[in-house]
Amino acid sequence: MIQVSNLSVWYQAINESVLALDRVSLDIPRGDIITLIGPSGSGKSTFLYVLAGIQRKYAGIVTIDGRPINPKTQRVGMILQNYGLLPWKNVRDNALLGIKIKSGPQELNDYSHYILQQLDIDTLLDRYPKELSGGQRQRVAIARAFIMKPDLLLMDEPFSALDAITREEMQALFLHIWKQNSVTTVFVTHSVDEALYLGSKIVVFSSSPGRVLEIIDNPCFQMEDLRLQDQYHSMSMRLRKILIKD
Amino acid sequence: MRSRKWRGAIYSLIVVILAWWALSALLARPIVPSPYDVLLNIIATFTAKISTHVLYSLGRILAGILLAALLGVPLGFLMGYYDRIDRLLSPLVYFTYPIPKLALLPVVMLLFGLGEVSKLIMIVLIVVFQVVITSRDAVKSIPAETFHSLQSLGASKIQTFTEIILPASLPEVLTAIRLALGTAVSILFFTETFGTEYGMGYFIMDAWMRVNYLDMYAGIVVLSFMGFCIFSAIDAAETHLCAWR
Ligand SMILES: Nc1ncnc2c1ncn2[C@@H]1O[C@H](COP(=O)(O)OP(=O)(O)OP(=O)(O)O)[C@@H](O)[C@H]1O
Ligand SMILES: [Mg+2]
Repeated sequence: MIQVSNLSVWYQAINESVLALDRVSLDIPRGDIITLIGPSGSGKSTFLYVLAGIQRKYAGIVTIDGRPINPKTQRVGMILQNYGLLPWKNVRDNALLGIKIKSGPQELNDYSHYILQQLDIDTLLDRYPKELSGGQRQRVAIARAFIMKPDLLLMDEPFSALDAITREEMQALFLHIWKQNSVTTVFVTHSVDEALYLGSKIVVFSSSPGRVLEIIDNPCFQMEDLRLQDQYHSMSMRLRKILIKD
Repeated sequence: MRSRKWRGAIYSLIVVILAWWALSALLARPIVPSPYDVLLNIIATFTAKISTHVLYSLGRILAGILLAALLGVPLGFLMGYYDRIDRLLSPLVYFTYPIPKLALLPVVMLLFGLGEVSKLIMIVLIVVFQVVITSRDAVKSIPAETFHSLQSLGASKIQTFTEIILPASLPEVLTAIRLALGTAVSILFFTETFGTEYGMGYFIMDAWMRVNYLDMYAGIVVLSFMGFCIFSAIDAAETHLCAWR
Protein backbone atom coordinates (compact mmCIF):
# COMPACT_ATOMS: atom_id res chain seq x y z
CA MET A 1 0.00 0.00 0.00
CA ILE A 2 1.39 3.37 -1.04
CA GLN A 3 0.05 6.37 0.82
CA VAL A 4 0.69 9.86 -0.41
CA SER A 5 -0.72 12.79 1.43
CA ASN A 6 -0.25 16.47 0.66
CA LEU A 7 2.84 15.86 -1.43
CA SER A 8 4.36 19.07 -2.78
CA VAL A 9 7.60 19.35 -4.72
CA TRP A 10 9.54 22.46 -5.64
CA TYR A 11 12.43 22.56 -8.07
CA GLN A 12 15.11 25.17 -7.64
CA ALA A 13 15.72 26.78 -11.01
CA ILE A 14 18.40 29.45 -11.53
CA ASN A 15 16.57 32.27 -9.75
CA GLU A 16 13.07 31.04 -9.15
CA SER A 17 11.55 28.03 -7.51
CA VAL A 18 9.13 26.01 -9.60
CA LEU A 19 6.20 24.30 -7.95
CA ALA A 20 5.92 20.97 -9.75
CA LEU A 21 3.44 19.12 -7.51
CA ASP A 22 0.83 20.84 -5.38
CA ARG A 23 -0.58 18.90 -2.42
CA VAL A 24 -1.12 15.60 -4.16
CA SER A 25 -2.91 12.96 -2.11
CA LEU A 26 -3.36 9.43 -3.36
CA ASP A 27 -3.60 5.87 -2.06
CA ILE A 28 -2.43 2.95 -4.15
CA PRO A 29 -3.43 -0.48 -2.77
CA ARG A 30 -0.85 -3.26 -2.94
CA GLY A 31 -0.98 -5.18 -6.18
CA ASP A 32 -2.95 -2.48 -7.92
CA ILE A 33 -2.07 -0.83 -11.16
CA ILE A 34 -2.86 2.81 -11.65
CA THR A 35 -2.35 4.92 -14.72
CA LEU A 36 -1.37 8.52 -14.35
CA ILE A 37 -2.40 10.88 -17.13
CA GLY A 38 -1.99 14.62 -17.47
CA PRO A 39 -0.63 17.33 -19.72
CA SER A 40 3.07 17.85 -20.31
CA GLY A 41 4.75 19.52 -17.35
CA SER A 42 2.07 18.41 -14.89
CA GLY A 43 4.61 16.68 -12.66
CA LYS A 44 4.01 13.04 -13.61
CA SER A 45 7.72 12.23 -13.80
CA THR A 46 8.30 14.18 -10.61
CA PHE A 47 5.71 12.03 -8.84
CA LEU A 48 7.56 8.87 -9.89
CA TYR A 49 10.90 10.38 -8.81
CA VAL A 50 9.50 10.84 -5.32
CA LEU A 51 8.25 7.25 -5.11
CA ALA A 52 11.58 5.94 -6.44
CA GLY A 53 13.63 7.92 -3.94
CA ILE A 54 15.32 10.00 -6.63
CA GLN A 55 13.64 13.24 -5.55
CA ARG A 56 14.29 13.41 -1.84
CA LYS A 57 13.29 16.98 -1.14
CA TYR A 58 9.54 17.26 -0.80
CA ALA A 59 6.81 18.33 1.58
CA GLY A 60 4.05 16.01 2.75
CA ILE A 61 4.03 12.37 3.77
CA VAL A 62 4.78 9.44 1.51
CA THR A 63 4.89 5.89 2.85
CA ILE A 64 5.15 2.48 1.26
CA ASP A 65 3.66 -0.27 3.44
CA GLY A 66 3.77 2.17 6.33
CA ARG A 67 7.47 2.90 6.02
CA PRO A 68 9.17 5.95 4.53
CA ILE A 69 10.67 5.65 1.09
CA ASN A 70 14.00 3.87 1.00
CA PRO A 71 15.34 2.62 -2.33
CA LYS A 72 17.82 0.37 -0.52
CA THR A 73 15.12 -1.80 1.05
CA GLN A 74 12.48 -1.39 -1.66
CA ARG A 75 12.78 -3.24 -4.91
CA VAL A 76 11.78 -0.60 -7.42
CA GLY A 77 11.74 -1.35 -11.11
CA MET A 78 11.79 2.01 -12.82
CA ILE A 79 11.51 2.77 -16.50
CA LEU A 80 12.65 6.34 -16.91
CA GLN A 81 11.25 8.62 -19.56
CA ASN A 82 14.70 8.87 -21.15
CA TYR A 83 15.15 5.09 -20.64
CA GLY A 84 18.02 5.46 -18.15
CA LEU A 85 20.40 3.15 -20.03
CA LEU A 86 24.10 3.47 -19.31
CA PRO A 87 25.88 4.18 -22.60
CA TRP A 88 28.97 2.14 -21.65
CA LYS A 89 26.99 -1.04 -21.04
CA ASN A 90 25.75 -3.27 -23.81
CA VAL A 91 22.17 -4.50 -23.99
CA ARG A 92 22.89 -7.57 -21.86
CA ASP A 93 24.54 -5.62 -19.05
CA ASN A 94 21.97 -2.85 -19.16
CA ALA A 95 19.13 -5.34 -18.94
CA LEU A 96 20.79 -7.11 -16.02
CA LEU A 97 21.77 -3.92 -14.17
CA GLY A 98 18.72 -3.86 -11.91
CA ILE A 99 19.09 -7.39 -10.67
CA LYS A 100 22.86 -6.99 -10.42
CA ILE A 101 22.54 -4.04 -8.05
CA LYS A 102 19.94 -5.87 -5.99
CA SER A 103 21.34 -9.40 -5.97
CA GLY A 104 24.94 -9.31 -7.21
CA PRO A 105 26.45 -10.20 -10.61
CA GLN A 106 24.19 -12.29 -12.82
CA GLU A 107 24.19 -14.37 -15.95
CA LEU A 108 21.19 -14.58 -18.24
CA ASN A 109 18.83 -17.19 -16.82
CA ASP A 110 15.64 -18.70 -18.22
CA TYR A 111 13.44 -15.91 -16.98
CA SER A 112 15.60 -13.02 -18.18
CA HIS A 113 16.01 -14.77 -21.49
CA TYR A 114 12.26 -15.20 -21.76
CA ILE A 115 11.74 -11.48 -21.12
CA LEU A 116 14.39 -10.43 -23.65
CA GLN A 117 12.86 -12.77 -26.19
CA GLN A 118 9.34 -11.49 -25.60
CA LEU A 119 10.58 -7.94 -26.03
CA ASP A 120 12.33 -9.03 -29.21
CA ILE A 121 15.76 -7.73 -28.18
CA ASP A 122 17.46 -11.07 -27.52
CA THR A 123 19.40 -10.74 -30.77
CA LEU A 124 20.89 -7.37 -29.81
CA LEU A 125 22.68 -8.43 -26.62
CA ASP A 126 26.14 -7.19 -27.55
CA ARG A 127 25.09 -3.81 -28.91
CA TYR A 128 25.61 -0.52 -27.11
CA PRO A 129 22.72 1.91 -26.62
CA LYS A 130 24.03 4.28 -29.29
CA GLU A 131 23.60 1.45 -31.78
CA LEU A 132 19.90 0.99 -30.99
CA SER A 133 16.76 2.72 -32.19
CA GLY A 134 14.65 4.66 -29.69
CA GLY A 135 12.09 1.88 -29.46
CA GLN A 136 14.80 -0.73 -28.92
CA ARG A 137 16.34 1.31 -26.11
CA GLN A 138 12.95 1.62 -24.51
CA ARG A 139 12.52 -2.14 -24.62
CA VAL A 140 15.90 -2.65 -22.94
CA ALA A 141 14.71 -0.38 -20.12
CA ILE A 142 11.50 -2.41 -19.87
CA ALA A 143 13.50 -5.62 -19.78
CA ARG A 144 15.67 -4.27 -16.97
CA ALA A 145 12.62 -3.48 -14.86
CA PHE A 146 10.87 -6.82 -15.50
CA ILE A 147 13.95 -8.99 -15.04
CA MET A 148 14.59 -7.71 -11.51
CA LYS A 149 11.10 -8.86 -10.40
CA PRO A 150 10.27 -5.64 -8.56
CA ASP A 151 7.86 -5.04 -5.68
CA LEU A 152 6.99 -1.70 -7.16
CA LEU A 153 6.97 -0.88 -10.84
CA LEU A 154 7.22 2.75 -11.92
CA MET A 155 6.82 3.25 -15.65
CA ASP A 156 7.24 6.67 -17.23
CA GLU A 157 5.64 6.55 -20.67
CA PRO A 158 7.37 3.23 -21.35
CA PHE A 159 5.79 2.58 -24.72
CA SER A 160 5.94 6.10 -26.15
CA ALA A 161 8.68 5.37 -28.68
CA LEU A 162 7.04 2.28 -30.16
CA ASP A 163 4.92 2.02 -33.29
CA ALA A 164 1.20 1.41 -32.82
CA ILE A 165 1.30 -2.34 -33.44
CA THR A 166 4.35 -3.00 -31.25
CA ARG A 167 2.83 -0.81 -28.56
CA GLU A 168 -0.34 -2.88 -28.42
CA GLU A 169 1.76 -6.05 -28.30
CA MET A 170 3.80 -4.59 -25.46
CA GLN A 171 0.70 -3.53 -23.56
CA ALA A 172 -0.68 -7.05 -23.82
CA LEU A 173 2.69 -8.53 -22.83
CA PHE A 174 2.91 -6.16 -19.90
CA LEU A 175 -0.56 -7.13 -18.66
CA HIS A 176 0.35 -10.79 -19.10
CA ILE A 177 3.51 -10.47 -17.00
CA TRP A 178 1.76 -8.22 -14.52
CA LYS A 179 -0.98 -10.82 -13.93
CA GLN A 180 1.62 -13.42 -12.99
CA ASN A 181 2.97 -11.34 -10.11
CA SER A 182 0.49 -8.51 -9.52
CA VAL A 183 3.20 -5.97 -8.85
CA THR A 184 2.02 -2.62 -7.56
CA THR A 185 2.41 -0.37 -10.57
CA VAL A 186 2.26 3.32 -11.37
CA PHE A 187 2.07 3.79 -15.09
CA VAL A 188 2.47 7.28 -16.58
CA THR A 189 1.02 7.86 -20.00
CA HIS A 190 -0.06 10.56 -22.41
CA SER A 191 -2.51 8.29 -24.13
CA VAL A 192 -6.15 8.07 -23.08
CA ASP A 193 -6.38 4.68 -24.72
CA GLU A 194 -3.42 3.35 -22.78
CA ALA A 195 -4.76 4.76 -19.52
CA LEU A 196 -8.03 2.91 -20.05
CA TYR A 197 -6.46 -0.32 -21.17
CA LEU A 198 -3.90 -0.66 -18.38
CA GLY A 199 -5.22 1.14 -15.31
CA SER A 200 -7.55 -0.31 -12.71
CA LYS A 201 -7.65 3.28 -11.51
CA ILE A 202 -6.91 6.36 -13.57
CA VAL A 203 -5.44 9.41 -11.89
CA VAL A 204 -5.72 12.66 -13.81
CA PHE A 205 -3.24 15.43 -13.08
CA SER A 206 -3.90 19.10 -13.82
CA SER A 207 -1.51 21.20 -15.85
CA SER A 208 1.42 22.73 -13.98
CA PRO A 209 1.59 22.83 -10.99
CA GLY A 210 0.29 19.29 -10.83
CA ARG A 211 -2.78 18.61 -8.70
CA VAL A 212 -5.02 15.57 -8.66
CA LEU A 213 -8.04 16.51 -10.77
CA GLU A 214 -9.84 13.19 -10.49
CA ILE A 215 -9.32 9.60 -9.50
CA ILE A 216 -11.49 7.36 -11.63
CA ASP A 217 -12.27 3.69 -11.04
CA ASN A 218 -11.88 2.20 -14.47
CA PRO A 219 -14.66 -0.24 -15.41
CA CYS A 220 -12.84 -1.08 -18.63
CA PHE A 221 -9.84 -2.66 -16.88
CA GLN A 222 -9.29 -6.27 -17.98
CA MET A 223 -12.34 -6.20 -20.24
CA GLU A 224 -12.27 -8.57 -23.21
CA ASP A 225 -11.93 -6.89 -26.59
CA LEU A 226 -11.91 -3.59 -24.79
CA ARG A 227 -11.58 -1.35 -27.79
CA LEU A 228 -14.81 -2.71 -29.31
CA GLN A 229 -16.93 -1.97 -26.23
CA ASP A 230 -19.29 0.99 -25.82
CA GLN A 231 -18.06 1.59 -22.31
CA TYR A 232 -14.55 2.10 -23.63
CA HIS A 233 -15.78 4.92 -25.82
CA SER A 234 -17.86 6.62 -23.16
CA MET A 235 -14.95 6.43 -20.68
CA SER A 236 -12.65 7.74 -23.33
CA MET A 237 -14.97 10.73 -23.89
CA ARG A 238 -15.16 11.36 -20.18
CA LEU A 239 -11.39 11.39 -19.75
CA ARG A 240 -10.90 13.68 -22.71
CA LYS A 241 -13.45 16.13 -21.30
CA ILE A 242 -11.62 16.28 -17.97
CA LEU A 243 -8.32 16.88 -19.72
CA ILE A 244 -9.71 19.54 -22.06
CA LYS A 245 -11.59 21.44 -19.35
CA ASP A 246 -8.34 21.80 -17.46
CA MET B 1 39.59 4.25 -38.24
CA ARG B 2 42.40 2.10 -36.89
CA SER B 3 43.95 1.52 -40.31
CA ARG B 4 43.85 5.27 -40.92
CA LYS B 5 45.85 5.88 -37.75
CA TRP B 6 48.46 3.38 -38.87
CA ARG B 7 48.65 4.80 -42.34
CA GLY B 8 49.19 8.23 -40.76
CA ALA B 9 52.00 6.91 -38.59
CA ILE B 10 53.76 5.21 -41.50
CA TYR B 11 53.33 8.27 -43.68
CA SER B 12 54.88 10.55 -41.03
CA LEU B 13 57.72 8.11 -40.47
CA ILE B 14 58.54 8.15 -44.17
CA VAL B 15 58.46 11.94 -44.32
CA VAL B 16 60.74 12.29 -41.29
CA ILE B 17 63.22 9.75 -42.60
CA LEU B 18 63.29 11.35 -46.04
CA ALA B 19 63.89 14.82 -44.57
CA TRP B 20 66.58 13.46 -42.31
CA TRP B 21 68.24 11.60 -45.13
CA ALA B 22 68.16 14.68 -47.40
CA LEU B 23 69.69 16.80 -44.65
CA SER B 24 72.48 14.33 -43.99
CA ALA B 25 73.24 14.05 -47.71
CA LEU B 26 73.28 17.83 -48.04
CA LEU B 27 75.51 18.50 -45.04
CA ALA B 28 77.68 15.43 -45.50
CA ARG B 29 79.15 15.85 -41.99
CA PRO B 30 79.27 13.43 -39.05
CA ILE B 31 76.95 15.70 -36.99
CA VAL B 32 74.08 14.41 -39.08
CA PRO B 33 74.66 10.76 -39.99
CA SER B 34 72.36 9.11 -42.48
CA PRO B 35 69.31 7.31 -41.07
CA TYR B 36 70.55 4.11 -42.63
CA ASP B 37 73.83 4.17 -40.67
CA VAL B 38 71.92 4.95 -37.48
CA LEU B 39 69.58 2.05 -38.07
CA LEU B 40 72.52 -0.29 -38.64
CA ASN B 41 74.08 1.01 -35.43
CA ILE B 42 70.87 0.37 -33.50
CA ILE B 43 70.67 -3.18 -34.80
CA ALA B 44 74.31 -3.81 -33.96
CA THR B 45 74.31 -2.31 -30.46
CA PHE B 46 70.75 -2.61 -29.17
CA THR B 47 71.01 -5.74 -27.06
CA ALA B 48 74.51 -5.07 -25.83
CA LYS B 49 74.39 -1.34 -25.13
CA ILE B 50 70.96 0.28 -25.43
CA SER B 51 68.45 -2.22 -24.04
CA THR B 52 69.38 -1.77 -20.35
CA HIS B 53 68.94 1.98 -20.68
CA VAL B 54 65.58 1.55 -22.37
CA LEU B 55 64.37 -0.66 -19.54
CA TYR B 56 65.39 1.92 -16.95
CA SER B 57 63.65 4.75 -18.77
CA LEU B 58 60.58 2.67 -19.47
CA GLY B 59 60.37 1.59 -15.84
CA ARG B 60 60.64 5.17 -14.60
CA ILE B 61 58.05 6.58 -16.93
CA LEU B 62 55.54 3.78 -16.39
CA ALA B 63 55.98 3.96 -12.63
CA GLY B 64 55.51 7.72 -12.80
CA ILE B 65 52.34 7.49 -14.87
CA LEU B 66 50.92 4.74 -12.69
CA LEU B 67 51.61 6.65 -9.51
CA ALA B 68 50.16 9.85 -10.98
CA ALA B 69 47.01 7.97 -11.95
CA LEU B 70 46.72 6.28 -8.56
CA LEU B 71 46.99 9.62 -6.81
CA GLY B 72 45.22 11.86 -9.30
CA VAL B 73 42.19 9.84 -10.36
CA PRO B 74 40.75 9.22 -6.87
CA LEU B 75 41.46 12.81 -5.87
CA GLY B 76 39.79 14.14 -9.02
CA PHE B 77 36.81 11.84 -8.51
CA LEU B 78 36.36 13.02 -4.93
CA MET B 79 36.55 16.64 -6.04
CA GLY B 80 34.09 16.00 -8.85
CA TYR B 81 31.62 14.12 -6.68
CA TYR B 82 31.74 16.09 -3.44
CA ASP B 83 31.32 19.83 -3.83
CA ARG B 84 32.84 20.48 -0.42
CA ILE B 85 36.10 18.73 -1.25
CA ASP B 86 36.16 20.57 -4.55
CA ARG B 87 35.75 23.97 -2.88
CA LEU B 88 38.56 23.08 -0.53
CA LEU B 89 41.06 21.77 -3.09
CA SER B 90 40.26 23.47 -6.39
CA PRO B 91 41.88 26.80 -5.48
CA LEU B 92 45.06 24.93 -4.53
CA VAL B 93 45.11 22.99 -7.76
CA TYR B 94 44.45 26.05 -9.89
CA PHE B 95 47.01 28.11 -8.04
CA THR B 96 49.78 25.54 -8.44
CA TYR B 97 48.83 24.32 -11.91
CA PRO B 98 50.57 27.11 -13.91
CA ILE B 99 53.85 26.77 -12.01
CA PRO B 100 56.34 25.28 -14.44
CA LYS B 101 57.08 22.00 -12.70
CA LEU B 102 60.57 21.84 -14.13
CA ALA B 103 61.39 24.90 -12.04
CA LEU B 104 60.77 22.76 -8.97
CA LEU B 105 63.50 20.35 -9.97
CA PRO B 106 66.22 21.98 -7.80
CA VAL B 107 63.90 21.93 -4.78
CA VAL B 108 62.93 18.32 -5.36
CA MET B 109 66.59 17.36 -5.71
CA LEU B 110 67.60 19.22 -2.58
CA LEU B 111 64.88 17.42 -0.65
CA PHE B 112 65.08 13.96 -2.19
CA GLY B 113 68.56 13.73 -3.58
CA LEU B 114 69.77 12.90 -7.07
CA GLY B 115 68.41 9.35 -7.12
CA GLU B 116 65.33 7.56 -8.37
CA VAL B 117 62.89 9.25 -5.99
CA SER B 118 63.50 12.68 -7.48
CA LYS B 119 63.07 11.40 -11.01
CA LEU B 120 59.81 9.72 -10.11
CA ILE B 121 58.51 12.78 -8.27
CA MET B 122 59.20 14.99 -11.28
CA ILE B 123 57.22 12.77 -13.65
CA VAL B 124 54.36 12.48 -11.17
CA LEU B 125 54.31 16.26 -10.73
CA ILE B 126 53.98 16.76 -14.47
CA VAL B 127 51.23 14.21 -15.04
CA VAL B 128 49.21 14.36 -11.85
CA PHE B 129 47.74 17.85 -12.31
CA GLN B 130 46.33 17.02 -15.71
CA VAL B 131 44.85 13.84 -14.30
CA VAL B 132 43.28 15.53 -11.27
CA ILE B 133 41.66 18.32 -13.26
CA THR B 134 40.46 16.03 -16.04
CA SER B 135 38.94 13.43 -13.74
CA ARG B 136 37.25 16.13 -11.70
CA ASP B 137 35.72 17.75 -14.76
CA ALA B 138 34.74 14.38 -16.21
CA VAL B 139 32.76 13.52 -13.08
CA LYS B 140 31.16 16.96 -12.96
CA SER B 141 30.01 16.68 -16.56
CA ILE B 142 28.03 13.48 -15.97
CA PRO B 143 24.38 14.58 -16.26
CA ALA B 144 22.26 14.15 -13.13
CA GLU B 145 19.84 11.88 -15.01
CA THR B 146 22.58 9.32 -15.53
CA PHE B 147 22.43 8.62 -11.80
CA HIS B 148 18.65 8.22 -11.69
CA SER B 149 18.49 4.50 -12.49
CA LEU B 150 21.03 3.64 -9.83
CA GLN B 151 19.38 5.93 -7.29
CA SER B 152 16.04 4.21 -7.79
CA LEU B 153 17.79 0.87 -7.32
CA GLY B 154 19.28 2.04 -4.04
CA ALA B 155 22.83 1.47 -5.25
CA SER B 156 25.68 1.98 -2.79
CA LYS B 157 28.41 4.59 -3.22
CA ILE B 158 30.80 1.90 -4.40
CA GLN B 159 28.31 0.61 -6.95
CA THR B 160 27.71 4.14 -8.21
CA PHE B 161 31.45 4.50 -8.53
CA THR B 162 32.07 1.29 -10.47
CA GLU B 163 28.94 1.41 -12.62
CA ILE B 164 28.94 5.11 -13.50
CA ILE B 165 31.78 7.33 -12.38
CA LEU B 166 34.68 5.15 -13.47
CA PRO B 167 33.39 4.12 -16.91
CA ALA B 168 32.02 7.60 -17.66
CA SER B 169 35.30 9.37 -17.01
CA LEU B 170 37.85 6.75 -18.08
CA PRO B 171 38.10 7.95 -21.69
CA GLU B 172 38.92 11.51 -20.69
CA VAL B 173 41.41 10.41 -18.05
CA LEU B 174 43.26 8.24 -20.56
CA THR B 175 43.34 11.13 -23.02
CA ALA B 176 44.80 13.41 -20.34
CA ILE B 177 47.52 10.89 -19.55
CA ARG B 178 48.29 10.45 -23.22
CA LEU B 179 48.62 14.20 -23.69
CA ALA B 180 50.79 14.63 -20.59
CA LEU B 181 53.09 11.89 -21.87
CA GLY B 182 55.04 14.21 -24.20
CA THR B 183 56.06 16.51 -21.34
CA ALA B 184 56.74 13.53 -19.13
CA VAL B 185 59.24 12.08 -21.60
CA SER B 186 61.06 15.43 -21.85
CA ILE B 187 61.29 15.65 -18.07
CA LEU B 188 62.48 12.08 -17.92
CA PHE B 189 65.23 12.85 -20.39
CA PHE B 190 66.27 15.89 -18.41
CA THR B 191 66.38 14.13 -15.04
CA GLU B 192 68.35 11.25 -16.51
CA THR B 193 71.20 13.50 -17.49
CA PHE B 194 72.52 13.51 -13.92
CA GLY B 195 72.66 11.31 -10.86
CA THR B 196 72.41 8.07 -12.81
CA GLU B 197 74.35 5.94 -15.24
CA TYR B 198 71.26 4.28 -16.64
CA GLY B 199 68.45 5.55 -18.82
CA MET B 200 68.12 6.93 -22.31
CA GLY B 201 68.87 10.46 -21.14
CA TYR B 202 72.18 9.33 -19.76
CA PHE B 203 72.92 7.24 -22.85
CA ILE B 204 72.30 10.13 -25.24
CA MET B 205 74.28 12.71 -23.27
CA ASP B 206 77.10 10.25 -22.73
CA ALA B 207 77.33 9.52 -26.46
CA TRP B 208 77.38 13.25 -27.10
CA MET B 209 80.29 13.73 -24.67
CA ARG B 210 82.14 10.87 -26.34
CA VAL B 211 81.45 12.54 -29.69
CA ASN B 212 79.88 9.29 -30.83
CA TYR B 213 77.16 10.75 -33.02
CA LEU B 214 75.96 7.40 -34.31
CA ASP B 215 75.22 6.27 -30.73
CA MET B 216 73.67 9.61 -29.91
CA TYR B 217 71.24 9.42 -32.82
CA ALA B 218 70.52 5.79 -32.04
CA GLY B 219 69.55 6.91 -28.53
CA ILE B 220 67.29 9.68 -29.81
CA VAL B 221 65.54 7.31 -32.21
CA VAL B 222 65.04 4.64 -29.55
CA LEU B 223 63.75 7.16 -27.00
CA SER B 224 61.28 8.57 -29.54
CA PHE B 225 60.16 5.10 -30.46
CA MET B 226 59.62 4.28 -26.79
CA GLY B 227 57.45 7.35 -26.37
CA PHE B 228 55.50 6.43 -29.48
CA CYS B 229 54.92 2.91 -28.15
CA ILE B 230 53.52 4.13 -24.81
CA PHE B 231 51.39 6.68 -26.65
CA SER B 232 50.00 3.97 -28.94
CA ALA B 233 49.41 1.61 -26.03
CA ILE B 234 47.28 4.18 -24.21
CA ASP B 235 45.53 5.00 -27.45
CA ALA B 236 44.75 1.32 -28.00
CA ALA B 237 43.48 0.97 -24.43
CA GLU B 238 41.23 3.96 -25.04
CA THR B 239 39.81 2.48 -28.22
CA HIS B 240 39.26 -0.85 -26.54
CA LEU B 241 37.72 0.42 -23.31
CA CYS B 242 35.62 3.09 -24.94
CA ALA B 243 34.01 1.14 -27.75
CA TRP B 244 30.66 2.36 -26.48
CA ARG B 245 31.40 5.92 -27.54
N1 LIG C 1 15.33 20.01 -12.68
C1 LIG C 1 14.31 20.88 -12.78
N2 LIG C 1 14.48 22.18 -12.47
C2 LIG C 1 13.47 23.05 -12.56
N3 LIG C 1 12.22 22.74 -12.95
C3 LIG C 1 11.98 21.45 -13.28
C4 LIG C 1 13.02 20.46 -13.22
N4 LIG C 1 12.48 19.28 -13.61
C5 LIG C 1 11.19 19.53 -13.90
N5 LIG C 1 10.88 20.82 -13.70
C6 LIG C 1 9.55 21.45 -13.87
O1 LIG C 1 8.65 20.72 -13.07
C7 LIG C 1 7.41 20.55 -13.75
C8 LIG C 1 7.03 19.08 -13.79
O2 LIG C 1 7.95 18.39 -14.59
P1 LIG C 1 7.79 16.83 -14.92
O3 LIG C 1 8.97 16.40 -15.70
O4 LIG C 1 7.50 16.10 -13.68
O5 LIG C 1 6.48 16.86 -15.87
P2 LIG C 1 5.81 15.65 -16.66
O6 LIG C 1 4.37 15.63 -16.28
O7 LIG C 1 6.57 14.41 -16.51
O8 LIG C 1 5.90 16.17 -18.17
P3 LIG C 1 6.03 15.33 -19.52
O9 LIG C 1 4.69 14.74 -19.80
O10 LIG C 1 6.41 16.34 -20.54
O11 LIG C 1 7.07 14.28 -19.31
C9 LIG C 1 7.56 21.19 -15.11
O12 LIG C 1 6.94 22.45 -15.08
C10 LIG C 1 9.05 21.33 -15.29
O13 LIG C 1 9.35 22.48 -16.03
MG1 LIG D 1 7.63 13.23 -17.71
